[in-house]
Amino acid sequence: MLNISSWNLRSWVNMIVLVLLALVPVLVSWSGNEFYLDIATRLVILAMAAVTLNLILGYGGMISFGHAGFLGIGAYAVGIPVYHEIYDGFLHFPIAIIGSATFALITGMICLRTKGVHFIMITMAFSQMVFYGFVSIEDYGGDDGLVIEARSEFGGLFDMENNTTLYYFCFICLLATIYIVRRVVNSRFGMVIQGAKGNERRLQSLGFNTYRYQLACYVLAGAICGFAGALLGNFTSFISPEMMDWSRSGELIFMVVLGGTATLFGPLLGTTAFLLLEEYLPHVIDLVYKGGGVYWQLYFGIILILVVLYMKGGINGFLSRREGSK
Amino acid sequence: MDTTLLAAQLINGLQLGILLFLLASGLSLIFGIMDFVNLAHGSLYMVGAFFCATITDWTGSFIIGALLAIPATAVIGLLVEIIVVRKLYQRDHLDHVLATFGLILVFDTTTQLIWGPDGLVVPLPAWLDTRVTLFSDIVLPTYRIAIIGVGLAVAAGLWLLVSKTRLGMRIRAGASNRDMIGALGVDINLLFTLVFALGAVLAGLAGMMIAPITEASVGMGNGIIIVAFVVIVIGGIGSIKGAFAAAMIVGLIDTMGRSYLDSLFKLFMSNQNAETSAPAISAMLIYILMAAILAFRPQGLFPPKGR
Repeated sequence: MLNISSWNLRSWVNMIVLVLLALVPVLVSWSGNEFYLDIATRLVILAMAAVTLNLILGYGGMISFGHAGFLGIGAYAVGIPVYHEIYDGFLHFPIAIIGSATFALITGMICLRTKGVHFIMITMAFSQMVFYGFVSIEDYGGDDGLVIEARSEFGGLFDMENNTTLYYFCFICLLATIYIVRRVVNSRFGMVIQGAKGNERRLQSLGFNTYRYQLACYVLAGAICGFAGALLGNFTSFISPEMMDWSRSGELIFMVVLGGTATLFGPLLGTTAFLLLEEYLPHVIDLVYKGGGVYWQLYFGIILILVVLYMKGGINGFLSRREGSK
Repeated sequence: MDTTLLAAQLINGLQLGILLFLLASGLSLIFGIMDFVNLAHGSLYMVGAFFCATITDWTGSFIIGALLAIPATAVIGLLVEIIVVRKLYQRDHLDHVLATFGLILVFDTTTQLIWGPDGLVVPLPAWLDTRVTLFSDIVLPTYRIAIIGVGLAVAAGLWLLVSKTRLGMRIRAGASNRDMIGALGVDINLLFTLVFALGAVLAGLAGMMIAPITEASVGMGNGIIIVAFVVIVIGGIGSIKGAFAAAMIVGLIDTMGRSYLDSLFKLFMSNQNAETSAPAISAMLIYILMAAILAFRPQGLFPPKGR
């Protein structure tokens, strides 16, 4: 990896994105525009969620359409204690991880009994269940959501109220997540997961209980995504059931596919491209056709369809093909 | 217990069940024969409602509006199939899900572009906007009963189409072995297009029938389509019979849960606990039902034979 002469275009792009992300606070303090730090923090947190989705969807072939549910559970694991004036981060984050892991375990046990389309629809239905559950709990704001008035406290270790500190904390967590996924994917466990995606029956005949492996993988992805949700709750300071709506899960899938499924840095590239599109597409459309920016989702939808139809392998696949054609 | 309220809730539950059946049967047909997951099915429900609202506004008659909106929705279904969906049959389910998610964005934004962000009210003709009295003391809205009647008629028609006609025979053959009926000389592309348009019409019909009750609004299909997914998962994907049974079960349980769960809970817990937990549980009831059914029958209640 560190032998620069052997780097291809893909490695260069990945490294440039990482270096730029590491420098965001510096660039922001030069330009003096805090807004970019906001976008970058959101990017890093959502990329973390996308990396965990890629673990089950890309490497494991389990197309979960309910991944935003874990983000929501993690966010409420910060929101509800803060509502009761408990600010300890050493409590929030374990609650987020254990809560989302438990949810992943219970629903995964049922979802993984099914395959293919059933799996897609059931994961979607379970995250809608959480959505409607939180909508109807009026104590915690119901439909209107919940304001988180203070960020998690880590007993003086570091101060999350500082936006730059929060950003670097999220960034380090993202790097750690990518590292964990890399270790998992290259382990024997990861080989079984990837093998089960290709031919589950063959692995079963080799003596592997693929159900248990997939369940463990699903729980791991859910737990880390719940952690990302807790970061998101800290960052946004306002949470509502809307953040786990099924269209949010669809956006997460788009981020993974846009970057390139089953690649280590694909989800990060995909999330970056997604957020840049979301942020700048309305402005670009307004330049071409005044007043059209409001309807940017129309063009966004068309881009999504075109990516699916004509851009196999996402951004990573595109970069590899460029490399190959030289 | 208040019988009028109970009867009204029963009618509401059946009416929700009928709408869910119209959506789920189209989804199930499209999945059964083409192995295609269509998230954008709810958009056709919305398109049907908006077409009906506009034509009703032009002609002044809801019936003419609904009758003309049916072929109009079919045309939209045909266009979507020919422009986008046809290219996706050979792809995997992930691509289906994403591309149709993109279609939802396109449909929702285009609808907003054409009709504006506010919903459209669809006025009912006076003779439908009445109430009927049963057994001298139960008063029920005529229109909801009419929806149930139309839905049952469509269900019967669909059953006749699938089990008694040549087209239906091909649909069933396509559902059990796609390659074989292609090899036997059936124009499979035409069959796919027809089935997709049929699904669009069923969804559009559901949308136009609900429009006078809820009004036509942007994104109206995005919530109910998930429930329709729950229905076909419970019923067994690809089975019309399963879709019907599951739609009725889900429609009734959802409606009854929302009205009576708190009274039920009050039998064995304190009033305050019942009032806080009942809304949350009743909102999740159909998903809990789905989980329970899948735990015992992962293929649903009526899995189609031959696969």
